[in-house]
Amino acid sequence: MAYEAVIGMEVHVEINTRSKVFCACSTAFDAPPNTNVCPVCLGMPGVLPVLNREMVNKTVAVGLALNCRISRWSKMDRKNYFYPDLAKNYQISQYDLPLCQEGFLDIEVDGATRRIGITRAHMEEDTARNTHSIGGGQSGVDFNRAGVPLLEIVTEPDLRSADEVYAYLTMLKQILEYLDASDCNIEEGSLRAEANVSVRPVGAQTLGVKTEIKNVASLHGVTKAVEYEIARHVRVLDEGGTITQETRGWDADRGLTFSQRQKESAHDYHYFPEPDLAPIVVDEAWEQRIREGLPELPAARRSRFSDQYGLSTYDAAILTATRAMADYFEATAACGADPKQAANWIMGDLQALLTLSAMDIRACPVQPDALAGMIALIDDGTISGKIGKDVLGEMFATGKTARAIVEAKGLTQISDADALRAVILEVIEKNPAQVEQYRSGKEKVLGFLVGQVMRATQGKANPRLLNDVLLAELRKP
Amino acid sequence: MAWYGKTAHELIEAVSQRQASAVEIAESYLGRIEAVEPRVDAFTQVWRDSALEQAARVDARIARGENAGPLAGVPVALKELLCTVEGETTCASRILAGFRSPYDATAVQRLKAAGAVLLGKLNMDEFAMGSSTENSAIKLTRNPWNPECVPGGSSGGSAAAVAADECAFSLGSDTGGSIRQPAALCGCVGMKPTYGRVSRFGLVAFASSLDQIGPLTKDVRDCALALNVLCGHDPMDSTSADVPVPDFTRGLDGDMRGVRVGLPREFFTDALSGEVREHVEATVKALEARGAELREVSLPHSEYAVATYYIVCTAEASANLARFDGVRYGFRHPEAKTMLDMYVMSKTGGFGPEVQRRILLGTYVLSSGYYDAYYLKAQQVRTLIKRDFDRAFEQVDVIAGPTSPTPAFRFGEKTADPLTMYLSDIYTISCNLAALPGLSLPCGLTASGLPVGLQLLGRPFDEEMLLRVAHCCEQLRGGIGKPPLA
Ligand SMILES: [Zn+2]
Repeated sequence: MAYEAVIGMEVHVEINTRSKVFCACSTAFDAPPNTNVCPVCLGMPGVLPVLNREMVNKTVAVGLALNCRISRWSKMDRKNYFYPDLAKNYQISQYDLPLCQEGFLDIEVDGATRRIGITRAHMEEDTARNTHSIGGGQSGVDFNRAGVPLLEIVTEPDLRSADEVYAYLTMLKQILEYLDASDCNIEEGSLRAEANVSVRPVGAQTLGVKTEIKNVASLHGVTKAVEYEIARHVRVLDEGGTITQETRGWDADRGLTFSQRQKESAHDYHYFPEPDLAPIVVDEAWEQRIREGLPELPAARRSRFSDQYGLSTYDAAILTATRAMADYFEATAACGADPKQAANWIMGDLQALLTLSAMDIRACPVQPDALAGMIALIDDGTISGKIGKDVLGEMFATGKTARAIVEAKGLTQISDADALRAVILEVIEKNPAQVEQYRSGKEKVLGFLVGQVMRATQGKANPRLLNDVLLAELRKP
Repeated sequence: MAWYGKTAHELIEAVSQRQASAVEIAESYLGRIEAVEPRVDAFTQVWRDSALEQAARVDARIARGENAGPLAGVPVALKELLCTVEGETTCASRILAGFRSPYDATAVQRLKAAGAVLLGKLNMDEFAMGSSTENSAIKLTRNPWNPECVPGGSSGGSAAAVAADECAFSLGSDTGGSIRQPAALCGCVGMKPTYGRVSRFGLVAFASSLDQIGPLTKDVRDCALALNVLCGHDPMDSTSADVPVPDFTRGLDGDMRGVRVGLPREFFTDALSGEVREHVEATVKALEARGAELREVSLPHSEYAVATYYIVCTAEASANLARFDGVRYGFRHPEAKTMLDMYVMSKTGGFGPEVQRRILLGTYVLSSGYYDAYYLKAQQVRTLIKRDFDRAFEQVDVIAGPTSPTPAFRFGEKTADPLTMYLSDIYTISCNLAALPGLSLPCGLTASGLPVGLQLLGRPFDEEMLLRVAHCCEQLRGGIGKPPLA
């Protein structure tokens, strides 16, 4: 039987406010255990939460970017359950009135656009972190993470394949990065993706039994786990079996999902409105202020890059992958560099240099104006493109401008025909055998001769001029 | 000299006139505590050394000619559930035995900044759940007027200590009458300010949407002085109101002419004990003689107040008290081997029966399938109760009635039946549900020598009207004297 997969995603992202969502503690990730804590996030007796306004701002920004309706009036609720990583034994979350509702995100897979419904995005607080490796039969709780602001983004069951899951998560991550809302570091746990997977016969209207995949530590892991899970559902059903509703983990080494927890009778979290916090009223003016402050989002920027700079769809996608990369490109173009050349240099040599030194473009030692300056030297014939590669490497290593390097090292291109002819004649004289071969029809040796001239000029020969003069000399009898 | 018999405003005057030093006053009160505590048992902790140090600091500031604050040298004691760095904060519960708070409640900080001298902490019903202080895990507190009777609750220690002159005034907390009812039973003035007037930061929560800190004082002027220091917006409490705080002493002597006093039909029923009714009615009549206009009003949803209250407060309490789990602080059962055991055994061993009853009730009313029938319905009724008051306050400026249906009752009289106990708060509960200010002041003694309280309820943030009317009552009827303590 032919099946179709039905997948919904629940993504938790830590929002990168400086302080926690209900107290003034730092949200820094790598502090020693229990150093970013205070009576509020430790759930001491008598403390009260105060909602971080920046969290509301960032949530509304994400909501708008995901085409959500922003609730004019929403509230926080208490979600009650007992666990040692939960200081108050209730989590302050949003239950029936999330701040953002009914949005969508358009994703692209194999050139086709699919619209994924966003059910809701709501604010809550992160829990502490339990460790069971401290020894002595004891467990430890690190409350540094307790109270870090979390945004939970829930989709409709609109995704149909692992590729769509990958595209959705990539797009979502990109948007969150563009909004400077989250670090989205899935390895460090600042982005946690859970997939609800079920399959049904093609054409069926009802949903199959779903399983929930949790605790996957990478984007590719999530995709692989979904792929595996879809295949497993199909296999089980084809063999006449039934799917058990449960939570499953992902074993990355063995490449398979495994049962973690059977669904007990549905949890009762005894939700009720948080009486310690006032309702959250985001009026039109507040929403408008945030809307006006939104940056150009990835999809819009991508298509503008194609239109405005004449870039291919592929290049535009790569250059808009992160906001910093796109900003860098536009700054370089704004300094007068030809956009296509700038794009090639950034995606090629510059990216290679960054990758080699494991550096983010935000920390790039070559500023956009410096890169534009280097491209200008190629444009006006001062240096060749080949020399440009070396110059860029030098710029990256020293932070000097292209012109300074070219002048200091005497790398200016030889564009004087007479000067070049003298070198060429010398090469012809020193390589009679190759010259003879060329003249008898083996035109491939031309490359060798060009190489010899370049070597003799330390690469400074203007390539086109070199070609012209060399050919002219070889044709002479 | 016996400074302990004086009111706070008399002490402030004495200190400013250099008739008394803060240390002399503190010593006088500490001596009084030593003398009468065996009879009253209001204190859970007495901070003798730190009180004398604080008093010495006040004296030093005065000697240097500095402003030592509006309550300079006034000895104050605190309900056991207010967080203090000094001493312990146990909420009179075994589950917090020995617990030391890392911070001071905002109200405590304000008292300290105002120059008050903190004497120690006072007994209460465990986690403020009760109306007689019999639910304390620490001790029984006796009514200074009659050692066979309860002081009321939950702020029983706060009321008894003021009545017994063991402090100039005290702080209590009021969730459904926990300041006003013990104030009535012990013969002092007790005010629950409007919800949001006083920061709740550092008040260990029982029911967050109802709790409010307030003073218990020897007279109405002291109540105004205490409010001047306690009230005000606190950025640490999102429910604290950002509204201007007047000088509450200014309007005390206002005229009664034209003041409309509402008497709710539903409060003067057969349930009301004869003597309580007599004293309340006599006081109200006296107000009328001074020019106040009496009007009957109706609060038709009053009969649902107790039921509504016990759904709302237990629901909130079930979550508020969840944090006492033995993981980070407080009592952890030593024999618990597993995580579940740790929770169950620590809570079962740490909480008293009334607290457990309310946690279970609250958990029940929030459980799925029952939420709409109980919690949601209660919230709707709460709105109706609030509307009753809104309507009444279109016709009157203040509502008057009894604080408690009976005077102080005997130990054990109501412990067997929780419902009977719950009904002691029948007149005080609506005020919390409607977030109004409420005040109780003594208006007479019964034949057997027990105080009777008159309750005044006002519009939100109109504590001034309550104080003005209360002050007039006090002048008209005179004090009720001092309890018969040796
Ligand atoms: Zn904190």
